[in-house]
Amino acid sequence: MINKFLGFKPDEKLLPHKTVTADTEIDLSSHKYQKIWLGPNHPGVTGNMAVELTVQGNTIMRAKTHVGYLHRGFEKLIERRLFVQGFPTSIRMCVAEPDTNEYFIARSTEELSGYADAVPEYANWLRMLSLEMARLQGLLRGVPGQGGTFALGIGVQWGVYLRDLILDRFEELTGARVYHMFIIAGGVRGALPSGFKGRMEDNLRDIDDFIIRIKKLMFHNSVFKTRAKGLAVITPDMVDKFGIVGTNARCCGVKRDVRKDNPYLYYEKLDFDPPTATDGDVYSRTWIRWQELIQTVDLIRQIMAKMPEKGDIRCKMPNVLNWKIPKGETYVRLESGRGEMGMYYVTDGTDKPRRINLRGPSYTHAISVLEHMLIGQDVADVHAIMVSLQTCPPEIER
Amino acid sequence: MKELIEKLSSKHELQEVVYQRDNLVFAAISKENAIEAVTYLRDYEDFTHLVMMSCVDWIEDGKFQLLYLLHNPKLKNDIGIKVYIDRENAEMVSAHHLWKSVWTYQREIKEFFGVDFPGSPRVDENFVVEGWDDIPFMRRDFDTHEYAEKTYFPRGNRKTNDPAEYMRKKLYPNQPVTAKQRKDDK
Repeated sequence: MINKFLGFKPDEKLLPHKTVTADTEIDLSSHKYQKIWLGPNHPGVTGNMAVELTVQGNTIMRAKTHVGYLHRGFEKLIERRLFVQGFPTSIRMCVAEPDTNEYFIARSTEELSGYADAVPEYANWLRMLSLEMARLQGLLRGVPGQGGTFALGIGVQWGVYLRDLILDRFEELTGARVYHMFIIAGGVRGALPSGFKGRMEDNLRDIDDFIIRIKKLMFHNSVFKTRAKGLAVITPDMVDKFGIVGTNARCCGVKRDVRKDNPYLYYEKLDFDPPTATDGDVYSRTWIRWQELIQTVDLIRQIMAKMPEKGDIRCKMPNVLNWKIPKGETYVRLESGRGEMGMYYVTDGTDKPRRINLRGPSYTHAISVLEHMLIGQDVADVHAIMVSLQTCPPEIER
Repeated sequence: MKELIEKLSSKHELQEVVYQRDNLVFAAISKENAIEAVTYLRDYEDFTHLVMMSCVDWIEDGKFQLLYLLHNPKLKNDIGIKVYIDRENAEMVSAHHLWKSVWTYQREIKEFFGVDFPGSPRVDENFVVEGWDDIPFMRRDFDTHEYAEKTYFPRGNRKTNDPAEYMRKKLYPNQPVTAKQRKDDK
């Protein structure tokens, strides 16, 4: 009003933008904007990746994901190795849940060489157990990790302790803590040790307590609620457009779960219903993952109750050093803790694969989705958004 | 899936149709018709989810094979549309207008294999490797071992074991290993 009275007309170009969209024009030479790099060495960034932010004050105008800090050329290396040598290499592509990659290579080679139906029942139950244990240890880090991005650090410490107990069970079952190489072509490497179920049940009881405590810590916390509600919303129309999968799709009501849609192993024999929400924000994603934590504990109990006491752990397979697989191609998928993961596997009749290509959920979540969602957000919320999308750079660059 | 393939083959000539599983089929289509077929599948056959784009180097045939793997969330099945393009001056029509995630795949394939997608956003930007001046590293004629030997200074007194040879000794200690046998295996 005073400006109108004085006849003063401010130059709109020099004022901050009221609304920010992907189309907002940015002139870096105007000195209104600043470029900052978040990562690759930053405790809040999920792994070795960087986000190049163009900001105006605290508001993000543009975001660009940079990966490549962790590229080790695994897909190329596997092309030059025997089928069996692909196992120890492939699991390094995903630190968070390496068992998924073991399953992909095992299943692809079995399918392409005609051994898909030969895998013993007991081995398939053990595969399912190890995959669910992998999901559980991932969730024990992921669910409290979301609280950690809002300064609720104690939950992370509880979660890491309990994750270590699950890693103890992994060590008992497979001999390794992080990279297990348990699922191999034709079956698994070993049977369930005696007394395993009892010790696992003890750990699951501890996790039951943790589930209640983490609920009080995070979902009853006013700071968490205020900051996470309405933040970085995924809408149902974004799901197919961006290729969003897993919990990130379920948080806005799009019920996608490979275990239900394209059942593999014996998931049809288990009683479960993937949780969904409708809001699509960070709060919903965390809430769904918390419910998944309950569900995963229940699934492990169901698996241990329903699996046979003993049986064959693998079928008779060809000599792995001279194993040649006929020319062919396939795509094998499963539901990991972060959403649909899959592997495109091509053979050419030799003793080595022609091409393998891992499709991790982060490939879209950490690049096109993250870059789209960060526009207009506050710099302080970037970590929370990244963790809520469960970005994992190793599966992008492979 | 058979009905779908019949419907698709009435519009375009399909080759190498392989029913890999009940819910997974692969089919090759010409470069000119590929994007049209993918658009048709997305808009009329409910293959709304692009699972992935990939590339395979068939160096012996002088071809690159591009793959568009699509998923139908309603019927829960998948179709892989394959396109063969020449290795020399490899170029393909961009599909970035169909899904928001496509440009990332195309940017990767440009860097990994050297297949160009004119008009695709940020297709020339570095994706994983910066300042790469050799041939694209996922091509079959790029030798990783030779590159490592050439680029990195070899450490003296370093012993290496061939993993396959080690496994052969460990798993089959009584199996005679001769140079001739190794040659036959290859």
